[in-house]
Amino acid sequence: MTDPLALETSGLTKVYGSGHTEVVALRDASMRVRRGEVVALLGPSGAGKSTFLLCVGLINPPTRGTVTIGGKLMQDGPRSLGDLRRFRREHIGFVFQKSNLIPFLSAIENVQVVGELIGRPSSVARRRANELLDALGVGKRAFNMPTQLSGGEQQRVTVARALANQPSLILADEPTAALDSVRGRQVMELFRDVAHRHGTGVIVVTHDHRALDVFDTIYEMEDGLLKPAASTAAKATPPAHDIRLS
Amino acid sequence: MNLAVRDIRHNLGRFVLTTLGVGMLLMVVMGMGGIYRGLVDDALVVTRGVGADLWVVQRDTRGPFAEVSRLPRSLVDRVAAVPGVTDAREFVFHTIQREHRGKPLRMGVLGLGWPTDKGEGLPLIAGRPLAQNHFEMIADESLGLGLGERLRLGKDTYTVVGLTRWLVASGGDGIACFTSRDAQAIQFDEPGESIRLERQARRARADEIDFGRTQPGVLDRASGPAQNLAALPGPAISAVIAHLMPGTDPASVQRSMSGWSDVTTYTGPQQEELLLKGSVDRARRQILLFRVLLTIISAVIMALIIYTLTLDKLHPIALLKLIGAPTRVIAGLILQQSLIMGVLAYGVGYLIGTRLFPLFPRRVLVTNDDLLRLAGIVLVISVLASLLGIWKAMRVAPNEAIG
Repeated sequence: MTDPLALETSGLTKVYGSGHTEVVALRDASMRVRRGEVVALLGPSGAGKSTFLLCVGLINPPTRGTVTIGGKLMQDGPRSLGDLRRFRREHIGFVFQKSNLIPFLSAIENVQVVGELIGRPSSVARRRANELLDALGVGKRAFNMPTQLSGGEQQRVTVARALANQPSLILADEPTAALDSVRGRQVMELFRDVAHRHGTGVIVVTHDHRALDVFDTIYEMEDGLLKPAASTAAKATPPAHDIRLS
Repeated sequence: MNLAVRDIRHNLGRFVLTTLGVGMLLMVVMGMGGIYRGLVDDALVVTRGVGADLWVVQRDTRGPFAEVSRLPRSLVDRVAAVPGVTDAREFVFHTIQREHRGKPLRMGVLGLGWPTDKGEGLPLIAGRPLAQNHFEMIADESLGLGLGERLRLGKDTYTVVGLTRWLVASGGDGIACFTSRDAQAIQFDEPGESIRLERQARRARADEIDFGRTQPGVLDRASGPAQNLAALPGPAISAVIAHLMPGTDPASVQRSMSGWSDVTTYTGPQQEELLLKGSVDRARRQILLFRVLLTIISAVIMALIIYTLTLDKLHPIALLKLIGAPTRVIAGLILQQSLIMGVLAYGVGYLIGTRLFPLFPRRVLVTNDDLLRLAGIVLVISVLASLLGIWKAMRVAPNEAIG
């Protein structure tokens, strides 16, 4: 995938229910995320941020609109174009509020499993997992089970897992909610480093306004409407970094 | 990376205990099968051991294993004279219960047709066949008698000269083999007082008739042993067993005897069928049905266990779906766990069973065929049990990992 855009959504709309129970969670949301760009998505609870991530992550089909990832149109309204699960494991990384590690796998196995799922030999997937954990500063905890890791360490392992398939897009839903401000900032900076180093597009849903300077672009969402944040409109421009696609 | 093994390792204690429980259940299934086989085998052990081509029994009875059959000893000579019969022997069989070492001792008494049959064909594990016409016995080890041990039965004392293994009656009682004369002596043993009273009664009856008063010799005979009275029958035997010449059709010999109004004949297979459809039929069917029931219960319990284990993994399964794990990986996780549990439980059941079954009071005969069949059933159960879990896993949405 060499398309300069990691993600492009157009007119994304999601409606739950029908008739008098109809709820419009997402209204005509359009977004472009370049490779290596880190995007923050702000908004109050219930604004539609998570719905947007689920649609973009090919987990929930939108009612209308398109989702194009790495130049490939994957979702056209409710119609899926291709094997979404396969596309997810090969091109998308997920990080969520709770660390969401598989409880019966050790830290390294949680990362390794992604490599194996995309068809890498076990030894290669393990080596790659080791490198990622080392790079994220949790290499020494590689053989610990998730319950033996602190919240920050778990989140780092989750980030390593999200990177294991060398995705073109990482989707993070409030990844710092369970962390203190120092740890939270570290994780945000981690996303920026990853995005800039690997040319990965990153969308982070966050309530944490203290680390907004980390992001290249900031969007706000309210009542399902997506728009560039007024206060940081100047930031809503393509990143100035020299991105090398891996 | 094998996810099933990783998950088992993570919940090892629970998995081990569950497998142990299922294993015990499979052991019971295995045991019920063994009891069923043992019952059938025990029922047939005597008839197969005797190996008769024809059984001649009292008219309109089903033979000595089903009901009382009484025949005169002279019938042996009549049967031996039938064309096609190579030899005929008397068969005496009955069950007794006596006191031995302060405990009840119940045994099947089998009479061997001395001198042609001394017990050489019996499954001896120690000692020797009978060497004399009287006062020796071959006992099954389940009776708890030792070689050389002496046992008083009736008025005589018998010495154990040989031991057999698994020579038991259809009721599970160990069998002791005597010469047929001794077997009859044990069967028709009467206390001395009873014999004296019977002789006095005979004398009194003779006194009351003219023949007795005019013939003093008759009165003397009436007071003597019953065997000296031609008017009284000798001790009856249970059946006559006949062996036929090679190539002789048993049906043709049966036809030859069909005109005899005092006997009924059965071939060896017919006698076995009578046994299985008669005395042990209900017990056999009951155990068979119970076994089928247990197998179904095992399947249901395994399915529920695998389903519950799957319910505990719904979040990781949703997570696996979220990161794009294909269906075969998730189904494989559940199926492999089910198969591992089934195989290990089978092994546990087998190991415990083989150590426990010999301690049972009746024989538990676990055959290789039954073991293979059960192994196949366990595999099928494991696969079926996992289907419920897989069905549940397939319904989990990946976004459930986020909530």
